[in-house]
Amino acid sequence: MEGFMVNSLGRSLDGRELLASILVWSAAALVTATFCWLLWDILWHGLSQISWTFLTAPPRNAGREGGIGSIIVSTALILGVCLGVSLPIGIGTAVLLAEFTTEASLFGRFTRRSLDVLSGVPSIVFGLFGNAFFCKTLGLGFSILSGGLTLACMVLPILIRSTEEGFRTVPAEYRLSTAALGLSRSTTLFHLLLPAAVPGLLVGLVLGVGRAIAETAALIFTSGYVDRMPESLLDSGRALSVHIFDLSMNVPGGDAHAYASALVLVVLLLAINGIASWLAEYCLHRRIVTV
Amino acid sequence: MKPSVPASGIQPWCPLEERPACCEPTPFIEVERLSLHYGQKPAFHDVTISINKGCITALVGPSGCGKTSFLTSLNRLTDLIPGCRVSGSIRLDGLDLLDPNTDVIRLRRRVGMIFQKPNPFPLSIRKNLEFPLREHGLRDREQIAATVETVLRDVGLWDEVKDRLNSPALALSGGQQQRLCMARALALSPEALLMDEPCSALDPLSSGVVEDLIVGLRNRYTVLIVTHNLAQARRIADYAALFWVQNGAGQLIEAGTAKQVFTEPRDPLTAAYVSGMRG
Amino acid sequence: MSRWPIDRFLLWLLRGTATIAGAIVLLIVTFLVMESLPVLQHVGISRFFTDPSWHPTERLYNLTPMLWGTLFAMVGSVLIATPLGILSAVFCRYYAPPAVARPYRKLIELLAGIPSVVYGFWGLVVLVPLIGSIHPPGPSLLAGIIILTIMILPTIALVADASLANVPQQYVRGAAALGLSRWGIIQGVVFPAAKSGLLTGVILETGRAIGETMAILMVCGNVVQTPHSLFDPIRTLTANIALEMAYALGDHRAALFVSGLVLMAMIAALVAAAEWISHGRIYG
Repeated sequence: MEGFMVNSLGRSLDGRELLASILVWSAAALVTATFCWLLWDILWHGLSQISWTFLTAPPRNAGREGGIGSIIVSTALILGVCLGVSLPIGIGTAVLLAEFTTEASLFGRFTRRSLDVLSGVPSIVFGLFGNAFFCKTLGLGFSILSGGLTLACMVLPILIRSTEEGFRTVPAEYRLSTAALGLSRSTTLFHLLLPAAVPGLLVGLVLGVGRAIAETAALIFTSGYVDRMPESLLDSGRALSVHIFDLSMNVPGGDAHAYASALVLVVLLLAINGIASWLAEYCLHRRIVTV
Repeated sequence: MKPSVPASGIQPWCPLEERPACCEPTPFIEVERLSLHYGQKPAFHDVTISINKGCITALVGPSGCGKTSFLTSLNRLTDLIPGCRVSGSIRLDGLDLLDPNTDVIRLRRRVGMIFQKPNPFPLSIRKNLEFPLREHGLRDREQIAATVETVLRDVGLWDEVKDRLNSPALALSGGQQQRLCMARALALSPEALLMDEPCSALDPLSSGVVEDLIVGLRNRYTVLIVTHNLAQARRIADYAALFWVQNGAGQLIEAGTAKQVFTEPRDPLTAAYVSGMRG
Repeated sequence: MSRWPIDRFLLWLLRGTATIAGAIVLLIVTFLVMESLPVLQHVGISRFFTDPSWHPTERLYNLTPMLWGTLFAMVGSVLIATPLGILSAVFCRYYAPPAVARPYRKLIELLAGIPSVVYGFWGLVVLVPLIGSIHPPGPSLLAGIIILTIMILPTIALVADASLANVPQQYVRGAAALGLSRWGIIQGVVFPAAKSGLLTGVILETGRAIGETMAILMVCGNVVQTPHSLFDPIRTLTANIALEMAYALGDHRAALFVSGLVLMAMIAALVAAAEWISHGRIYG
């Protein structure tokens, strides 16, 4: 419940009270100012570069000219692979954890624990792993497939967590009443629980997409740098975030287009964030913390 | 700090017919035409009552008739609820309570409150008592320690907890927690105590202990207690007031000495309620 | 179990997916160990700390400057971001009028989702020149600390906000009824009650600070050295991997996987600490 405010706890001329108020307000002001500066800077420099051509044309001259058409396609393909793999695994795991295991079961505890660790693994370590496992051991090379699979590992914990939360919002009576009607658990799952858990699943999906689209470090050594239009999933493809990184670090004079690409990325994320909090608020009736 | 009467000062229970104990009723809190709304919804309407100093006044009535809301308006805890509007006038010893310029911090120090559910802070027993004292500017360590001991003795908790003052307050039993909350309120030496069904969350045994404590506060503090338990109100109250929902809002139906309200009620609703036929 | 065959089939299917999900961490650790094993075997662990320098092509593998880099950047940013983040949550819950608190919280939520490469880019084009004009060269530990602070701040702010929201209202009411002032209540009752949530937030932000790669790579200058001042360029463990993976071969590549293992060990320690604090689950 958010309604109970301590806004009017009374005034006190106590010096400490005044100091605390000043500190709290200036911390909030500092945070707001910094972030407005950042967003404004990106918007200001990026907006002038954006045009339909920029969004659709392939990059030329290492990205200094042309657009980001092929890069958007690569990003979308990487995302597609990532979701295609992580969704079934994520939903399956969430169903198992929420509906078929107890808190005490060894298997459940092991899975939870390892997902905890997985959610904390630095993205560069995912990059190392993806490079060693998908690119080298499985022989997929620097490809959209490797990148997507690496990202799939990365977004799994978020996906599972939110989907599980979705299942937990379904009242226990539903399960008892269907069991009392003599229905199988599969029937219960597909006809009752899954539909009820869809909002949670969607929130997880949106958050996962947000995390995947923002990722850079895990992609440099898995999906690679090639900025051509990819012809198959086994081609290397450059994601939008990698593009920004490359333009700003390795291409002198690439700042203008880096700004524009950053703006595109931020706008995409804004949209994703908006959808996530809308879903959370209107379907789950509660807030989510996106960490 | 205020010298406290030791625990032995608790007065024996006296029969309803011999009350009120306070010989000369002097009004301490005077409420006039008080109404309270949560947004558009009225909680109680047009309540006028005067609470006498040093006496125990019981507020009785069915659930949802605004008794608790009435209580929280007396220490301006209503300020914390967004959309809550209070109109009318409350005077506490002459101080205009609803005046926006009233120092609510000092006010809440003068008017303590005990909640239905015991709410000790998630700190040690000692910290629960020391921290509010410190916040109110008491610095002298010895004085703080003395006050802690006095109030714990006052609520009969000293012997039970003196060896584990540093253990978490939340580890105490429900009745002990409630007595700790009373000690915490008493430590600030308030003039009035507002109690919101202080016994309803406790088992009968602890409830009895807390009730005896409340009786012991008579004459030293002005006590206003909300209770659902008519038998309890009969046992402890000097004055009683009956709230009832009429026209969608709580109303004060009848107020008077406990003897009068319980034995010769003027209002038929009161008669029905105290005899157990309604409510 | 159940008497329905489809139930049993479904259960095994779900167990399969969960096994995959649970096994990824083990797979990651296995591959890190496998890839770093060659260099660990014929170079040994101690040389990663005692070699004169980091020149992997000349078979010198001293990781300590990078460890210090990671540590300094992490400590600096956590020290700044923690009070700021907690104060910002306090602002949201107890100081801001609702009309301000809502958009402010939205802003923080939004910032939690901004990609690190965007923060890094902004740091590179705005912050680094600014620091360079005060004290050259510009790319420095200080730039890294500031960028990391900005990046981890939403994490701690959101977690702190959530744990303040979980403080039972009865504590706040009880404290207010005792006539305590606003800061008195926050400091004396709210913080102790929210302690484990706040600590979890600190751990989460520390994890983010250790693992961050792109932003810090873009603003820190990446000189392999133990910094002596805030204005010295540094290279962190993560940046080192990102910079050299592209051309590393043989033992050099294996040495990078060793730094990956070190990072994993740090994160595992943090997860254990979080577990210890909350006795429960930590993510989300």
